[in-house]
Amino acid sequence: MKRSFFALIAGTLLAASFTVFAAGGAIEGVEKQPINVSAIAMFMIFVVATLGITKWAAGKTKTTADFYTAGGGITGFQNGLAIAGDYMSAATLLGITSMVYFKGYDGFVYAVCFFIGWPIILFLIAERLRNLGKFTFADIASYRLDQNRIRTFAAIGSLTVVCFYLIVQMVGAGQLIQLLFGLEYNYAVVCVGILMMVYVTFGGMTATTWVQIIKACLLLGGGITLMLMTLSQFGWSLDNLFSKAIESHKLGEKMMAPGSLMADPISAFSLSLGLLFGTAGLPHIMMRFFTVPNAKEARKSVFYATGFIGLFFLVTIVLGAAAISIVGTNPAYFEGGIVGGKIIGGGNMPVMHLAKAVGGDIFLGFLSAVAFATILAVVSGLALAGASAISHDLYARVIKKGTATSEQEMRVTRFASVGLGITAILLGIAFKDQNVLFLVALAFGVASSVNFPVLILSMYWKGLTTRGALWGGIAGLVSSVGLVILSPTVWVKIFGNPAAIFPYDHPAIVSMTLAFFVTWLLSVTDKSARADNEKAAYEEQYIRAQTGLGSAGAHAH
Amino acid sequence: MSKDSIQVKIRANPKFAELVGKRTRFAIILSLVVLVPYYSFMFLVSTQPQFFATKLAEGGIVTIGWPIAALIIIGGWLLTGVYVSRANGEFDRLTAEVLKEAGK
Repeated sequence: MKRSFFALIAGTLLAASFTVFAAGGAIEGVEKQPINVSAIAMFMIFVVATLGITKWAAGKTKTTADFYTAGGGITGFQNGLAIAGDYMSAATLLGITSMVYFKGYDGFVYAVCFFIGWPIILFLIAERLRNLGKFTFADIASYRLDQNRIRTFAAIGSLTVVCFYLIVQMVGAGQLIQLLFGLEYNYAVVCVGILMMVYVTFGGMTATTWVQIIKACLLLGGGITLMLMTLSQFGWSLDNLFSKAIESHKLGEKMMAPGSLMADPISAFSLSLGLLFGTAGLPHIMMRFFTVPNAKEARKSVFYATGFIGLFFLVTIVLGAAAISIVGTNPAYFEGGIVGGKIIGGGNMPVMHLAKAVGGDIFLGFLSAVAFATILAVVSGLALAGASAISHDLYARVIKKGTATSEQEMRVTRFASVGLGITAILLGIAFKDQNVLFLVALAFGVASSVNFPVLILSMYWKGLTTRGALWGGIAGLVSSVGLVILSPTVWVKIFGNPAAIFPYDHPAIVSMTLAFFVTWLLSVTDKSARADNEKAAYEEQYIRAQTGLGSAGAHAH
Repeated sequence: MSKDSIQVKIRANPKFAELVGKRTRFAIILSLVVLVPYYSFMFLVSTQPQFFATKLAEGGIVTIGWPIAALIIIGGWLLTGVYVSRANGEFDRLTAEVLKEAGK
């Protein structure tokens, strides 16, 4: 075990240095930048530190509980930081700043939509989740329902979301790294995949949590530092910042008010539903609630996480607005030096150019390293959630019916992590040069229409039966995936059809409603004896959800 | 003591009903305090965008849209603090009493 761990570390470092070497030789991509030595050096420090943590965590990871939930011994504050780390991806930093840069106020509205799920998760879900669950979200979905069918379906729901999300992150990693570090796309994807496998396979939840915590601190610290450096250039005056932005923005004064993005109320409503309830249905986020010892700490984690996420969003808004005048008027950041033309590196780059403009090459290197670290941490969290769906739900519960030993389950978990890592690498390479934005809509669509309905109904509705949950879940899955395919993003922009069959990019308004309706209809009409047993079992579940009676506690070390 | 009899005792304890009633009401009220302003905001953003273009101060630059959006984020976070302080105090005390009186 120990020896193979070191072999893998050595292999990873070797692969990383090969990557540097190989990329130096071949400069063929138009977008690829010269090798950024300071960025790579800072990223290497992060990698070495996190591998050290992984080694320490590997020594503590002996049982399945250690692996899935770090033994339930994470504090509320630590878990809050880690949840924030899971939620604040590189896409959040780059995407929201870029949206404010291009669309002004609309970017802020988008950030509010991404934020608003958190208070609701605390009020309605967090403590019941902690009281009922052990390792995965399927534990709760299938608490009193059919262990085979509902657990299998919940695991498939988790894996679907994990895969969509993984592709987004891997493609983002490849593009970002080729741009910021000057490395080849495929090497970057392989690098991320291998490091993720090492963290998850050896360090389990303990290593993943600490990688998240470090990354969250770096991202918040880096973002705030950049914001302060930027604000000093405007004489610490937001009025000044905004008046310069209005002068430079092609929308002029219009950037200060809502524009085209949210112009259609139904579209805006569907987007907000999907983001609000999709957040509550993300398997890697839900899993984090089982890492704390009790409901008290679970609540605290959401309080801290919400604070960090909110702060981070506010910082990104300021950065985006500042980039409008600092980056948007400087020909050095546009292809061919044409101000207002194509931004070097693509539309997601304003915040990176801002880092260079106010902090120089060293700070750009630092922020690039943080962005890479961010992707690494997010994919690790995703891989862990996927691996536990495979080993805990599908293998230990469904296939082995609970008879698997801890060693067997651990072995499957590690194979599953490696398998997911390889899958992620292959998918990342397969989706190279694709517009993967629709996968975000898919991930949130499935999370809000498949995972969320069964989760909330199993906790709150006595009448839920296996038949209702299964068909409701299928209805949610088919409709959310189907409607995203028929939406403008995929049907028009990717398939090149003239008009979209479903007019909205986010399917939740239809798919979520349909999932709830089908679940309800097929539950109330279910008159089988099994349905009666399932309803009768609600009492025990209800008392446990409310009081924590019998819930999984922290494990002694 | 068997698990069933503990559950029967919990169910029969009026403090359990008090805990569940208070907590459910509190959670629903706070959710509404977050969701009603949020959906009003989203509705106004898509139907009355000019409302958000109103200047914060006469002759100023910043429109009222920016502080409103910031307020939704900051307010949402403060409400999580309100919930946690009551749940980790009053509700957890009640829960502990209910469990203790049921012999657990």
